[in-house]
Amino acid sequence: MSATTWAWLVLAFPLAGTVVIALGWRTLSGRSAGWIGTAAIAAAFACAVACFISIQSHAPDHRVLTSTLWDYANTVGVDARLTILVDPLSVLMILVVSGVSALIHLYSVSYMASDRGYVRFFSYLNFFVFSMLLLVLGGNFVVLIVGWAFVGAASYLLISFWYRRRTATAAGIKAFVINVVGDVGLVLGTYFIFKHTGTLDFEKTFHSVRDVFYSNQPDLVAGCILLLLGAFAKSAQIPLHTWLPDAMEGPTPVSALIHAATMVTAGVYLIARLHPLFEQAPAAADVGAVVGCLTLLVAGTIALAVTDLKRVIAYSTMSQIGYMIMGVSSGAYVAGLFHLMTHAFFKALLFMAAGSIIAAMAGEQSLDRMGGFRRAMPFTFPAMLIGGLALSGIPPLSGYFSKDQVLLDVANRGGWHWALYVLGYLGALLTAVYTFRMIFRAFWGEPVAEARELEQGHLHHVETPFNPATDEPEDTDVGFPGPDHHIAEREGSMRGAMAILAVLAVVGGVFQLPKVNWLEHFLEPAFGDSRYFNPPTQGPLAVSLVIGGVIGVLGIAIAYQVWVRRPGTAAEVRERLSPVYLLFVNKWYFDDLIDIAFVRPTAWVGRFAQQTFERVFVDGTLVGGATAVVRAGSAAVRAAQTGFVRYYAGLLILGLAAVSLYFLLQS
Amino acid sequence: MNIGWYLVVSAFVFCIGAAGVLTRRNPIVILLCLELMLNAANLALIAFSRMWGNAQGQIFALIVIVVAACEVAVGLGLIVAIYRRRLPIDVDELRELQG
Repeated sequence: MSATTWAWLVLAFPLAGTVVIALGWRTLSGRSAGWIGTAAIAAAFACAVACFISIQSHAPDHRVLTSTLWDYANTVGVDARLTILVDPLSVLMILVVSGVSALIHLYSVSYMASDRGYVRFFSYLNFFVFSMLLLVLGGNFVVLIVGWAFVGAASYLLISFWYRRRTATAAGIKAFVINVVGDVGLVLGTYFIFKHTGTLDFEKTFHSVRDVFYSNQPDLVAGCILLLLGAFAKSAQIPLHTWLPDAMEGPTPVSALIHAATMVTAGVYLIARLHPLFEQAPAAADVGAVVGCLTLLVAGTIALAVTDLKRVIAYSTMSQIGYMIMGVSSGAYVAGLFHLMTHAFFKALLFMAAGSIIAAMAGEQSLDRMGGFRRAMPFTFPAMLIGGLALSGIPPLSGYFSKDQVLLDVANRGGWHWALYVLGYLGALLTAVYTFRMIFRAFWGEPVAEARELEQGHLHHVETPFNPATDEPEDTDVGFPGPDHHIAEREGSMRGAMAILAVLAVVGGVFQLPKVNWLEHFLEPAFGDSRYFNPPTQGPLAVSLVIGGVIGVLGIAIAYQVWVRRPGTAAEVRERLSPVYLLFVNKWYFDDLIDIAFVRPTAWVGRFAQQTFERVFVDGTLVGGATAVVRAGSAAVRAAQTGFVRYYAGLLILGLAAVSLYFLLQS
Repeated sequence: MNIGWYLVVSAFVFCIGAAGVLTRRNPIVILLCLELMLNAANLALIAFSRMWGNAQGQIFALIVIVVAACEVAVGLGLIVAIYRRRLPIDVDELRELQG
């Protein structure tokens, strides 16, 4: 079979899984829905591998394939078809997405086992994977936008999965609204480009972009910045990032899948996919690079201060995606995608380990109440440690190679990109510190009661479940988390998924070892036309690798000093730098700023519209006026209806007499 | 004989009928007056028919008689129904359809 057929199958399996699970919600008992979902995604992954093999058999020049199933709207000037584009970039993306998703499904089979919404969960999860695969396989702007919006909807459904939690529904709405802002940007950006190129197809757009636009043409820059708005919203970049930490209200596998490994990298994919446009609009690309750099620093500092375990990882995700956005916006496409891939491995692993700890704490997420889980969780601990080491960029784990590659390729651009390079290493130091702050606080120190209980072989259990964000009491019915918790130590499927990811997080670097560059060779057909795709001239490669390693180790050493050797240090620093601490712990006041700048004015306008416009103008003038006119008219007509027969007869005769008189006078 | 006389009689009868319809309160009398008006019209039709030597007027008159018979049947039925429900047999009292 051809590569495109395999790609269609990659799309078909998750969709079939969604439908089967959704329709069978009444009959699927026990964990069968989970296994069906996992099997569907595993089949999609197998097809993705087949697609990869199939595309490798083509000559390098012929590895960009398209396939059209049917036309959406193919009329004057619009060529919207259901087309997929299979090239090395999309093949890499479907491999990462379906592979990591399959493992996360496997993990969820056990992790969600006692939840009353089990079947619904897997139906949503499969739908999400389908949407994401559609997004990365789309061969024109229309399919991309459809996938983009589907992904946002799936994200909303899964964040609000525990829909009886007020905090979860609020977080879902927030994520959806911010994502829709991005969707609007994407659609408008597409329009700006379509207006000039006259085609929606990616291939045709890329071919014509250099003829149609001159460099930094205002329309193109505006279009690209609007596209970046979409990318920022989806990838949680400043200033559209505030939904991501709140999205941690969803179940942990959702955080691992959507808010770490796949969906939030859609913005990176978008920039990489549309690189011919961004190269023709360097001003827009520079905006992306700067915003990515800012995000990685801001998120890194916030991660130092927050105490919610999942939110620490969420800010870390934001920060790492900042690296990727900075990379792909600066022309470091291969490095950015390489970091996307390794990040998917180790961040999914970190979230899975975090889920296991949260389960051991019976739903509690605050780092302040954790500690000493090292002995109690002999599997979760090394898994988290591997994830943390990879994230901190310790050689020879995967994150070490990918992060340094991003920074090096950014520096290769020269000029002010060197500033990004330096700030990137500052971010790397922050990364190592906050990662190991989290690990040290959860696993080192005096074991807490829950950890002791687990050492005795008993999993901690609470009588009344509670919302970890507000401490409100809950029950365990549908719409709330289930009664039982599942930790990796006791569930084979969770262990299996985490073990595979741990191995990948360790060895993921081999795909793009310096000098070997498999990934670069693989991706060459997709990026060969790029101005910045320059097979290695990398100057300070060795120096960079050494700096990266040293910074990682230094960060861990700082974290060890502060949180293990002298546990009071953190409090001291907090005292001394309290304004800075307040800034970090309040997330740089972004939430408050957005609240003041947008949410409150909108709410005010809404209230004005409701109380003044709606009540006075619409209700009072329009509706009230119309009824008043009808009422007055009918009152006038009603007066003629006296009910006296002779009155009617008299009118009749008078009328007749008048008509007769008229004709008499006429004749 | 001049057609004018026939028409004068017809007009007189019509006016008597119309005046009766307008002034009387008993529905039976109103129906009788309506019959007068219809027959005045019949007289005029037949007079014109004779004048032109054309049968159409007479056919019209026959149709009017048929319609009048139907109307009397319905009208008397209504009056009987009113009587049976012990409502006043007075058109001025029966004015529930006023606006």
